[in-house]
Amino acid sequence: MAKNMAKEKVKMPELDPNVRNKNFEEVAQGYTEAMALEEAARCLNCKNKPCVSGCPVNVRIPEFIEKAAAGDFIGAYEIIKTTNALPAVCGRVCPQETQCEQKCVRGIKGEPVGIGRLERFCADYAMQHGYKQNTDVTKNGKKVAIVGSGPAGLSCAGTLARMGYDVTIFEAFHVAGGVLQYGIPQFRLPKELVKAEIDGLKELGVKIETNMVIGKVDTIDELKEMGYEAIFIGTGAGLPKFMGIPGENLNGVYSANEFLTRINLMKAYKFPEFDTPMKHYKKVAVIGGGNVAMDAARCAKRLGAEKVYIVYRRGEEEMPARNEEIHHAKEEGIEFHLLTAPLEVVGDENGWVTGLKNIKMELGEPDASGRRRPVQIPGSEYIMDVDAVVVAIGQSPNPLIKSVTPDLKTQPWGGIVAEEPSGKTSIEGVYAGGDAVTGAATVILAMGAGKNAAAAIDEYLQNK
Amino acid sequence: MYRILEKKVLGPQVTKMVIDAPAVAKKAEPGQFIIFRIDEKGERVPLTIADYDREAGTVTIIFQIVGKTTTQLNELNAGDSLLDFVGPLGTASHFDENVKKVAVIGGGLGTAIAYPQAKKLFHMGKEVDAIIGFRNKDLIILEDEMRQNSTNLFVVTDDGSNGNQGFVTDALKKQIEAGANYDLVIAIGPLIMMKFVCQLTKQYGIKTIVSMNPVMIDGTGMCGGCRVTVGGKTKFACVDGPDFDGHEVDFDEAMRRQQMYKTEEAESLRDHKCRLEGMANNG
Ligand SMILES: Cc1cc2nc3c(=O)[nH]c(=O)nc-3n(C[C@H](O)[C@H](O)[C@H](O)COP(=O)(O)OP(=O)(O)OC[C@H]3O[C@@H](n4cnc5c(N)ncnc54)[C@H](O)[C@@H]3O)c2cc1C
Ligand SMILES: Cc1cc2nc3c(=O)[nH]c(=O)nc-3n(C[C@H](O)[C@H](O)[C@H](O)COP(=O)(O)OP(=O)(O)OC[C@H]3O[C@@H](n4cnc5c(N)ncnc54)[C@H](O)[C@@H]3O)c2cc1C
Ligand code: SF4
Ligand code: SF4
Ligand code: FES
Repeated sequence: MAKNMAKEKVKMPELDPNVRNKNFEEVAQGYTEAMALEEAARCLNCKNKPCVSGCPVNVRIPEFIEKAAAGDFIGAYEIIKTTNALPAVCGRVCPQETQCEQKCVRGIKGEPVGIGRLERFCADYAMQHGYKQNTDVTKNGKKVAIVGSGPAGLSCAGTLARMGYDVTIFEAFHVAGGVLQYGIPQFRLPKELVKAEIDGLKELGVKIETNMVIGKVDTIDELKEMGYEAIFIGTGAGLPKFMGIPGENLNGVYSANEFLTRINLMKAYKFPEFDTPMKHYKKVAVIGGGNVAMDAARCAKRLGAEKVYIVYRRGEEEMPARNEEIHHAKEEGIEFHLLTAPLEVVGDENGWVTGLKNIKMELGEPDASGRRRPVQIPGSEYIMDVDAVVVAIGQSPNPLIKSVTPDLKTQPWGGIVAEEPSGKTSIEGVYAGGDAVTGAATVILAMGAGKNAAAAIDEYLQNK
Repeated sequence: MYRILEKKVLGPQVTKMVIDAPAVAKKAEPGQFIIFRIDEKGERVPLTIADYDREAGTVTIIFQIVGKTTTQLNELNAGDSLLDFVGPLGTASHFDENVKKVAVIGGGLGTAIAYPQAKKLFHMGKEVDAIIGFRNKDLIILEDEMRQNSTNLFVVTDDGSNGNQGFVTDALKKQIEAGANYDLVIAIGPLIMMKFVCQLTKQYGIKTIVSMNPVMIDGTGMCGGCRVTVGGKTKFACVDGPDFDGHEVDFDEAMRRQQMYKTEEAESLRDHKCRLEGMANNG
């Protein structure tokens, strides 16, 4: 097929910002078949494949795009699947601009190839066309336990199950999926999709036991006694950080985790059809500049807030959120207060939030990381009129398992100490990966860690 | 699914259930709690583990019917199942070996939460004075169970309808002044009751443990919704508690935080009742 030399990606159809900011339907609608063919034709099939090195799981990008360009979307999907267990998810949520697409040669003069969009299209196509995976695996009878069902645990489980292991996932929540379920909102990652991916794992024979808080029910040692020969810990980074400023315990102040869990996992946006309540605040300030902050802000808007502000102490370039999410948030009417730091949450006599006291910042001398450090501008304090505040300044690993597993070495900040790339921990037969090791990172890095650990577990059990 | 094996009405608004949950029963300790969800649309609601039987693999819960979820739970019967039942959550109560004499105070439904603690202390060979208080005599629960697990039992009612008028704080004060030398007080009940017990015991310098029941979602330290201020520091009741040193707890803040979803809870209950009545009318 003739190459498409257009400088720009084929546009992604999106719901109108003023319609979508009132519902929870998926914002980015996905390519049509014609659009996918057109975009796939932009790939030059470079011999040295720079894009592949940008992908943490080395998706065979030019190969899958070549198939897609020829209209063989199922073939393309199968190629993606050889290295990436959750393409429908990654195609939607990967920060492509700093990974695969950043390395694409088409990005030098114009926009890179829409690798994520194509990946998503192939995955959706396969799902819509009733694609059936090959579930023939010869069981080897060895039992492996996976703790946590986020992307790290899921990819570790899937990889091991394909090798023939008898895999059981233990999940603390009542549903599997980790952040894909409770964190990333429906309008960015439909939950039906996450469920379909997990059903695929079940078809491979993976067992999922929900409502099992490991450390509280069985401990890591007890899992071993129960016959699990190796254990993978993928418990994520779920412990919310607060800022330690006055007023943080006023009514109306949330951690992003609570705010998003109520809305996504417990479906408070459908209250009272679903029982978990969420207040409908009028003016909401979200503190932070990552994906989590953007998601919280966009959820607040969808629940009907008239004003939603992002309060971030550095500038837009420094924001860790994906560009696409920042762009979407702005389109939906979220207002950005950059170079602004909160000092205090202000409340009324009954303990409800009435405002957020901020101070303006300017960029000073570069700090150790080379980024110019924001410093306060004296006298620039002001009160932002809000009735709710969502704190989205980061999460750290939950200390629960560590607290009952003294032999498990952790970093001072809580991350589990694990070797690269095997994920081997200080305890024999116990591996770890994903946010539990790195601190809050990305879906694809967590999946990569799960996959690498699966290979290491296989090697360990083969030689045992 | 977690089957309800037994259901017993303890009082007008209080029901006991025994649930088949072997994994929870295996590890449960006094002071810990579970979180259940009735169905796909349900809320995650915490309840204290009132009792457990490791061999039978069962966990006993005692709940007060206050809102939508507990009303709905009370509509279920032996043989029905709960969709989710997760635990044991929270830190088990830790009792100092050196403690000799303890007052265990239960206010209303708090009695159900105090009961496993009294039982454990009594079986450890401690001298246990149980003081339980209710609004009136019809609301008294667990009197026999408490009697069997305490050295002395005092039951008081706000209106005196059981012949012993007073608040639990009055009864406690009377015992202290009469020379009961408590090394420890455990107080479990409404926030306002725990606050007043703590004010009293502070005067006498008696260490006091309270059980905090803030709004919770996950119960594993992941949302921070359950935060309480203890000794000037923010704690998560679901992992650091629910037991805390009562003299350090900021009760006023806790009482404010308890009000957070009042309006929505009322709406949810109203809705549920309407549906029930609708069904009754149509059926
Ligand atoms: C709101 C939000 C938006 C994000 N957006 C993006 C994005 O757009 N792109 C991107 O790449 N990344 C994004 N991320 C980050 C990404 O989701 C995480 O890096 C990734 O999910 C980490 O995967 P994980 O498997 O390590 O952990 P998690 O996904 O956190 O899963 C851990 C699982 O372990 C369970 N668990 C914890 N403790 C126990 C225990 N003791 N016993 C049993 N189970 C336990 C948890 O309940 C959870 O289900 C976002 C994160 C958040 C919170
Ligand atoms: C660790 C812990 C242990 C608990 N143990 C027990 C127990 O053993 N037995 C029992 O009956 N209850 C217990 N509770 C309280 C119980 O969780 C609430 O009564 C329950 O959430 C009510 O749900 P609902 O949908 O029926 O009512 P909702 O509609 O949620 O609330 C109805 C009314 O109850 C109040 N309320 C809501 N949540 C709480 C709460 N957490 N504490 C006090 N009042 C509340 C509301 O303000 C409202 O007035 C415990 C709570 C915690 C956190
Ligand atoms: S998995 Fe993510 S980084 Fe890798 S190719 Fe796909 S979108 Fe790019
Ligand atoms: S770098 Fe870009 S153009 Fe080259 S093979 Fe990769 S996706 Fe195609
Ligand atoms: S209930 Fe979520 S942190 Fe305690």
